[in-house]
Amino acid sequence: MAKIVAHMRLIAGALALAIVVALSAPVSAQQPNSVNPTADAVKEQQLLQQLKMIQGRGTIPDVKSYVIEHPVGRNWQEFHSVTLRWIGAIAILGMLLLLVIFYLWRGMVRLESGRSGRKIVRFNAFERFVHWMTATCFIILAITGLNITFGRPLFASTVGSEAFTTWSEWAKYAHNYLSFPFTIGVVLIFLMWIGGNIPNAVDVEWFKRGGGIVGDDHPPAYRFNGGQKAIYWIVVLGGGAVAITGYTLMFPFYGTTIDTMQYAQMVHAVVAMLFIAAMLGHIYIGTIGMEGAFEAMGEGTVDVNWAKEHHRLWLEDEMGRGSPKGARAQPAE
Amino acid sequence: MARMKFLCDADRCIECNACVTACKNENEVPWGINRRRVVTLDDGKPGERSISMACMHCTDAPCAAVCPVNCFYTTADAVVLHSKDLCIGCGYCFYACPFGAPQYPKVGNFGSRGKMDKCTFCAGGPEADGTKEEFEKYGNNRLAEGKLPLCAEMCSTKSLLAGDGDVIAQIYKERVAKRGYGSGAWGWQTAYKESIAT
Repeated sequence: MAKIVAHMRLIAGALALAIVVALSAPVSAQQPNSVNPTADAVKEQQLLQQLKMIQGRGTIPDVKSYVIEHPVGRNWQEFHSVTLRWIGAIAILGMLLLLVIFYLWRGMVRLESGRSGRKIVRFNAFERFVHWMTATCFIILAITGLNITFGRPLFASTVGSEAFTTWSEWAKYAHNYLSFPFTIGVVLIFLMWIGGNIPNAVDVEWFKRGGGIVGDDHPPAYRFNGGQKAIYWIVVLGGGAVAITGYTLMFPFYGTTIDTMQYAQMVHAVVAMLFIAAMLGHIYIGTIGMEGAFEAMGEGTVDVNWAKEHHRLWLEDEMGRGSPKGARAQPAE
Repeated sequence: MARMKFLCDADRCIECNACVTACKNENEVPWGINRRRVVTLDDGKPGERSISMACMHCTDAPCAAVCPVNCFYTTADAVVLHSKDLCIGCGYCFYACPFGAPQYPKVGNFGSRGKMDKCTFCAGGPEADGTKEEFEKYGNNRLAEGKLPLCAEMCSTKSLLAGDGDVIAQIYKERVAKRGYGSGAWGWQTAYKESIAT
């Protein structure tokens, strides 16, 4: 009897199991359909078209490595290797060529009335210090920056890889470290000369009359004429732009992504090329372009006749003020 | 000559990260640098895929094109290598790389970049094959010993393939034909301007 009961239990158990399996079978049969790997897999080209990059979740602390594909770097490569070189070459060589042609045609702008022998202070020692600190940094930054864009095609094979690397590494350090005094210089220039550099009606007149450099006219100007104001704003705005973009590149991934840095590099490089071209013009007019101009930033004083010809309104202001500091007579040398 | 390539079969990758660990160990990669990493897309959703990514050793490599000191070179096996003696750590290769491969140890002030480090396809660097100097700078030169990169060699599901591009493409094609699906050779279009028709 007990045997029969045991058999019954076994049969009942087997039946129950069969029912459970039969009921659950359709569920498990559907399982492969709901996660069909063919239909659901993420598609590379689709992701690239939608997002321009493919990013996921990783397990290492380096969050930027979660981007696995970002083909836009190819565009940046095109900019760096082709576009930027053309922009730089045209801006800088074009400016040099223009200056040579201009010099041959116009020559040095002479002091028409000769030297009076009397001098007037134009830039004090602090102003000259700031100017030359910024200028020295600028020249080194420009040369070391141009090295990054043009050094490899121009010199790398000539001087040899090792020598070129040694130079480029020092150039990189110089570029990084001198950015700090340069930026300070730009800020000081902005603050100490902002007073004389707000554009006004006199500048419109000055530009209309060709600034006196084209032709022999001498349009009146205050302490800074229209051209100098243009240089001032190029330095302040251009210097500000290269400083901001430069620090973005110097501190990688401090709140920036690879896209930000690509754009920062493009802005940095293009502004720098145009900046260099503009400064070549500034250096020209401050040295061989005009008689008596260099001493303003060299010794800090200019000849009164120079001031009369180029900055008549400023000279009148200074004379009117009548301060002994403003104008002082000096014996002819 | 073989044209060496990597291929990650995303339908097989189980995100075990053994390739990452193997690479770090085999090449004694410094702290903070991962020459290879595994990234999961659509994590937790149907169709989730994991992909192991490193330097893809591109055709016409963008890093080599933008390097200001020309420190990159391509071997006869089409592996893109670089010289740490020439690298100045400017970061340009990282801007240009579509795969985020170049990395820089943080040295000196304000997180400035040291000599760039990236996957070498286990092929070392410009130093003589198998020397101590080569190992210290670039890791093991397995290729010179006739071995393939360790990440792919020890991949437990054989998801990550390394070797001659034609051979691994053929293996992948056969897999796709047999199992009936494949999410493609990730990165090939970008790196080699070609994809595997499946």
